[in-house]
Amino acid sequence: MKEIRWHGRGGQGAKTVSQILAQINLREGKHVQAFPEYGPERSGAPVRAYNRIADEEIVIHSGVYSPDIAVVVDETLLESEKPADGLKPDGVLIVNTTCSKDEIRKRTGFRGTIVVLDADRIAREAGTGFANVPMLGAVAAVLGTEWKLAEEELRETMGEKLSHEVLEKNVAALRAGYEAAKGVRGGR
Amino acid sequence: MRKVMTGHKAVAEAMRQIEPDVVAVYPITPQSEIAEYYAEYVHDGIVHTELVPVESEHSAMSACVGAAAAGARVMTATASQGLALMVEVLYIAASMRLPIVMALANRALSGPINIHCDHSDAYLARDSGAIQIFCESAQEAYDYMLMAQRVAEHDEVRLPAIVNLDGFTLTHSSQVVEPLPDGVAKKFVGNYKPFYPLLDVDHPATWGPFAMPDYYFELKRAQAAAMEKVPAAFLEVQKHYSKISGRRYAGFVEGYKLDDAERALVVMGSTAGTAKAAVDQLRAKGEKVGLLKVWLFRPFPGKEIAAALAHVERVAVLDRALSFGAMGALYCDLAAAFVHAVHRPTFVNYIYGLGGRDTTVDQLVQVFAELKDAHPDEGLRYIGLRE
Repeated sequence: MKEIRWHGRGGQGAKTVSQILAQINLREGKHVQAFPEYGPERSGAPVRAYNRIADEEIVIHSGVYSPDIAVVVDETLLESEKPADGLKPDGVLIVNTTCSKDEIRKRTGFRGTIVVLDADRIAREAGTGFANVPMLGAVAAVLGTEWKLAEEELRETMGEKLSHEVLEKNVAALRAGYEAAKGVRGGR
Repeated sequence: MRKVMTGHKAVAEAMRQIEPDVVAVYPITPQSEIAEYYAEYVHDGIVHTELVPVESEHSAMSACVGAAAAGARVMTATASQGLALMVEVLYIAASMRLPIVMALANRALSGPINIHCDHSDAYLARDSGAIQIFCESAQEAYDYMLMAQRVAEHDEVRLPAIVNLDGFTLTHSSQVVEPLPDGVAKKFVGNYKPFYPLLDVDHPATWGPFAMPDYYFELKRAQAAAMEKVPAAFLEVQKHYSKISGRRYAGFVEGYKLDDAERALVVMGSTAGTAKAAVDQLRAKGEKVGLLKVWLFRPFPGKEIAAALAHVERVAVLDRALSFGAMGALYCDLAAAFVHAVHRPTFVNYIYGLGGRDTTVDQLVQVFAELKDAHPDEGLRYIGLRE
């Protein structure tokens, strides 16, 4: 079983993409869970969301304390939220940042695999403005998910709510995030 | 088809397939989304239900009673304080033998105010006369919503039923759920034939009469007799449902690796799943441990539980609510079930998870370890509490 912990701020869509990830994993034939941590919810406050992915049925209903992958959607949470806490030593830390891996290693003290991507820039260039979708792409790549499955799920889920034009921008953002993290295998 | 959905979506899906005549509901965290989904189905014309947006849960249950007495198939949903408001009228619904089915998104009762899960709300309605079922997963919540409808409406039962699902842990967590095709679900639930509907003006009947000492007692005894019919109806409905769903529901409780267990946990709700992981971990090390998950809480299947645990040496009963000044409610029911048994396991009562406090696999592994030298006359123990 793989466990993922997302760190974002209220309004950045970490919870939304954690749920889309669960649907992508279901397409792969996996058993899944996705759940956010609920506190006093407000825009801009730190929020966490979690995924569990397994080949067998998932029966555990407790929180996630030692994830295999930690995803930081907002770099300003690096110090306050301590995303490396509990992260498995051989796990993967994925950060939306303009910093280098070495700088992130220094800031977090994490000794495992670090993936950095400038998801803000990707989102800006794609014209979506939200870093969550490129980060979802990065996580899918690290998990070794086939691009086609990730794309299909995004199109199906977001296609219901978005115009064709906005959907294509999101697919491009997902793809750029996926490409940025491709080749790093830590998920399975 | 397997889908990813939250617990409240799973409940709303079951309600959509049941398509009751009337839903009277008032929103409260963590139940609100059930009401919201259903309101959307009504608005979009997907279901033809009279949705009554009332001003409180007291009114919600009152509207349910009125509609059910009129002859309608009626559903609602609530949590915590909402159930507290409903309880007054829920007793009346049970006494009038109205098969109102409701989802209860378990949430701690105030105070202090809290929005997260425990079972204090369900325990508050323990003696209301409603059937109570607890679910481990979103899949079970979906399945038992459909089954509860059949049990509640069973000709020999006709009682309200509460389907408990842990607030947030199940309601707001996305999981894999495999709903039945609409046609199969609808056929399973079938049509509802009310007894003596108020709107059948050609055959007038008296509903909710005044009963003095000369009749009250007999009426309550009759109500108890209806509750006694639940177990048989429950098994019959489970058998039918297992056949159409391919999922195995057989019995009031589910044993997990219990057959040769020397130590066991007894628990209700989503923590039963976490307990399975704890059992697996210890079994891998050769320890003979098991789990008894309680599905049916009211009526309480004491005999069956006593039979299932007869060979176990040490049992930890986990209650997710305090009964101040007494042992936990589930523990007391279990103790009563064993009072005539020749062989009694050593019982320990743990209180866990109040107000949403997380309960982990490690903590449950620890409970199994503590059970090894548990002493029979100890008081309450607590899991994950700072003292």
